[in-house]
Amino acid sequence: MSAIAHAEDHAHDDHGHHKETFITKYIFSQDHKMISKQYLITGLIMGIIGIAMSILFRMQLAWPDHKFTIYEVLLGKFGEDGVMDPGIYLALVTIHGTIMVFFVLTAGLSGTFSNLLIPLQIGARDMASGFLNMISYWLFFLSSIIMVFSLFVEAGPASAGWTIYPPLSALPQAIGGSGAGMTLWLVSMAIFIASSLLGSLNYVVTVINLRTKGMSMTRMPLTIWAFFVTAIIGVVSFPVLLSAALLLIMDRSFGTSFYLSDIYIQGEVLHNQGGSPVLFEHLFWFLGHPEVYIVLLPALGITSEIIATNSRKPIFGYRAMVASILAIAFLSTIVWGHHMFISGMNPFLGSVFTFTTLLIAIPSAVKAFNYITTLWKGNLQLNPAMLFSIGLVSTFITGGLTGIILGDSTLDINVHDTYFVVAHFHLVMGISALYGLFAGVYHWFPKMYGKMMNKNLGYIHFWVTAIGAYGVFFPMHFVGMAGLPRRYYTNSNFPYFDDLADTNILITVFALITAAAQLVFLYNFISSIFYGKKAVQNPWKSNTLEWTTPVEHMHGNWPGEIPSVHRWPYDYSKTNENGEYVIAGQDYVSQIVPLQEGEEELHH
Amino acid sequence: MTVFLTLVVIALFGITLWQMSKILKLSQLKNADNSQVANDKDNDLQGKLMLGFVIFLYVLTVYCFVQYRSFFLPESASEHGVDYDQLMFISMVLIMFVQIITQGLLHYFAYKYRGKKENKALFFADNDKLEFIWTIIPVIVLAGLIIYGLFTWTDIMNIDEEEGDPLIVELYAYQFDWRARYAGEDNELGKANVRFIEGVNTLGIDASDTYGNDDKITTELHLPVNRKVIFKMRSQDVLHSAYMPFFRAQMNVVPGMITEFAYTPTLTSEEMKNDPYMIDKVATINKIRREKSKKLVAAGEEPLDVYEFEYYLLCNKICGVSHYNMQMKIVVESEEDYEAWLKTQPTFKEQLSAQASN
Repeated sequence: MSAIAHAEDHAHDDHGHHKETFITKYIFSQDHKMISKQYLITGLIMGIIGIAMSILFRMQLAWPDHKFTIYEVLLGKFGEDGVMDPGIYLALVTIHGTIMVFFVLTAGLSGTFSNLLIPLQIGARDMASGFLNMISYWLFFLSSIIMVFSLFVEAGPASAGWTIYPPLSALPQAIGGSGAGMTLWLVSMAIFIASSLLGSLNYVVTVINLRTKGMSMTRMPLTIWAFFVTAIIGVVSFPVLLSAALLLIMDRSFGTSFYLSDIYIQGEVLHNQGGSPVLFEHLFWFLGHPEVYIVLLPALGITSEIIATNSRKPIFGYRAMVASILAIAFLSTIVWGHHMFISGMNPFLGSVFTFTTLLIAIPSAVKAFNYITTLWKGNLQLNPAMLFSIGLVSTFITGGLTGIILGDSTLDINVHDTYFVVAHFHLVMGISALYGLFAGVYHWFPKMYGKMMNKNLGYIHFWVTAIGAYGVFFPMHFVGMAGLPRRYYTNSNFPYFDDLADTNILITVFALITAAAQLVFLYNFISSIFYGKKAVQNPWKSNTLEWTTPVEHMHGNWPGEIPSVHRWPYDYSKTNENGEYVIAGQDYVSQIVPLQEGEEELHH
Repeated sequence: MTVFLTLVVIALFGITLWQMSKILKLSQLKNADNSQVANDKDNDLQGKLMLGFVIFLYVLTVYCFVQYRSFFLPESASEHGVDYDQLMFISMVLIMFVQIITQGLLHYFAYKYRGKKENKALFFADNDKLEFIWTIIPVIVLAGLIIYGLFTWTDIMNIDEEEGDPLIVELYAYQFDWRARYAGEDNELGKANVRFIEGVNTLGIDASDTYGNDDKITTELHLPVNRKVIFKMRSQDVLHSAYMPFFRAQMNVVPGMITEFAYTPTLTSEEMKNDPYMIDKVATINKIRREKSKKLVAAGEEPLDVYEFEYYLLCNKICGVSHYNMQMKIVVESEEDYEAWLKTQPTFKEQLSAQASN
């Protein structure tokens, strides 16, 4: 096998002798562990901005008639006298969506943990190309800067919704944010896509080529499977968003008519003829739907690993889990039309997309059942990472189930674009993926910073977040079923919605509390980096390779030879026929331990 | 209110800090074990909290369904809406059933198997039979749902202009309002394009197309009860979406193309207003409005109007700054009332000649 041969001669490379300066170590680092930390911190900062925006517009929704000085402080001329401008409301909603989906949950989650774990868990010295990896991060950083910068342009940032449907996003006459703000948005996203592609290609190549001796595909931890498949989906679908964005840039700046036709605006007929906004919707959602899984699969991979480790049990149905990941990945590319049932596309297509969409519920259900079975008869170590993983399974089920309603073209008619949808996708991809991110941070913090996070603060963080997240999004379904549209600046123009006002206040109060709980996390994160208890090599008694590396980071990961792998990563609580653990007195067997005498390898 | 809120936020923040410092202290004082890895005591407490959490979830679910039952839309005012509601009800019962069982198991297991030092986990990696069962059950259930859903979908979306005597109405959307165009005597809409927009011809009707002469443009949507309506939708500028929740109807309005939706209204506005559900609902809303008005009057502002229910059409696709207030009143009435109302509306030709004579 060429992969193994390569890994072997890689082992003889001498990685330790580069002279490192501050700049090559901390800024333009090519070391995957440092890049992973850079992704995490950038992602967290973007997360703070994204969540702060959601707090502002939730306040507006809850108390539309009240004046808040904070609007004026934060929004300047768009919040004059404490009254939020309707345009900036839409901008906040738009940028909140963009930042959370792409910058926090794609780059912050997948970027962080793919970078950290792929080389460490497959037994590689680094990514296939450390240089491209570095470029990938710096492109991401640049796109974040441009996105944040776009908040400060004169006419306001992009405000056509995170889906930037034209013509609204194409015409500055239609909304102020579609001027310079939109241009910056598109530039930022184009750079982001380049960053994501470089990263994904690197992940794919690394997983295929740099696995250590004995690390066959079926011995890879599920985290790696998830990152690997996520990267493939990214490579397949992100270029389509790039082309969608390029065509939109052409329509905006060069007078083409890909998406525009027959438009009369501000007393003037535009020359555009023959384009269709529906084309944009197809292109956008061809990425947009796989994007949901790009966000979610890494979280599910992280959870699989954490649940198995903390249950002291093998993950139940490893093969089924891998098959589900593959099935979800495949199906995710053919379900995009369920965002467009009522877009004016041919209703027959709607039937096809209903069919494929409800199919995707099957592998998702299998995954949920397998998680529950993994807990069954375990010896659960309820660390904060484990709590977040269980929380993820819970919100994944709740949010996934309402997907059965939205995925049904008939039922979608009356709940489309209402708060029902908002509640659904926040639970199933927003909260679930965030839980995955938190679980990953709590679990691999010792690996990243060589310190432990405070568990009690972790518990507080989890419980307040768990209750708050359901408090926000569970009642929101009911508001949606009342027919309340999303992206409304205020609901007071429809007296019919007056009785929803109290519930909106309730939701906002939960949102404020939940956001405050994230400060606990931030405090814990930062203080643990500096003052945390020093970590031992394998604090969670885990089997995977990353826990065989020294606590102190070193370039090349392992001093001396790369370890070879002799078993799958889930030999937790494995016993011999006499009922004793395989290694006496220890309920786990690291992947680097050869099969013991009389031990059978499981053909999982 | 602002002051109160600020105080609440500050107080919450303070409590957080206080609790944090307290817990830090407790965790350092009480036990020598500060490995930051969960020990038996943590497992015990967190496991119990998991059980508490699922109870919280159940209570929240029951609370929402009971407290918010008045949020559900009233009985459908259109023919296909009855099937829609039926399918929604079945799906809802199904997902709530699965939700209760799976959340229960998940959290109960988290409680039941909370770790203890002396416990041993069961090495249980695979069971083909079990996995087969929980693959096949969703397959069967979803197949049922898919088939049911698809039949209903086809029924709703198959728009046949030949069948019966459907009324043809154009819904015209622009930033930030709606217009309706009735096809007139010939029940045939005149050709239109935004390039013809001029003066009173705000919908861009082609004046040279004789079908357009008897078209009537209105600011309210009146529909005769029990007659099928086919909506032809056109947008002047950006994407909009014509959402008529009481009729379980929605379709995007796309510049450059004509989208369609059809339904048969079955309940007149009067009937809906006198529905016991709606009487209650309107009473609640008016109570809220009266209280709000009191405050407004006290602050020297205009009180709110008393609310009376009318069907409405709203825009449900982000379309610009006033997206939140893009609505049109819908009136469903008897055939005679509808005819009488329509007579009072001028035709397109009359509007044009009125403009010419000015």
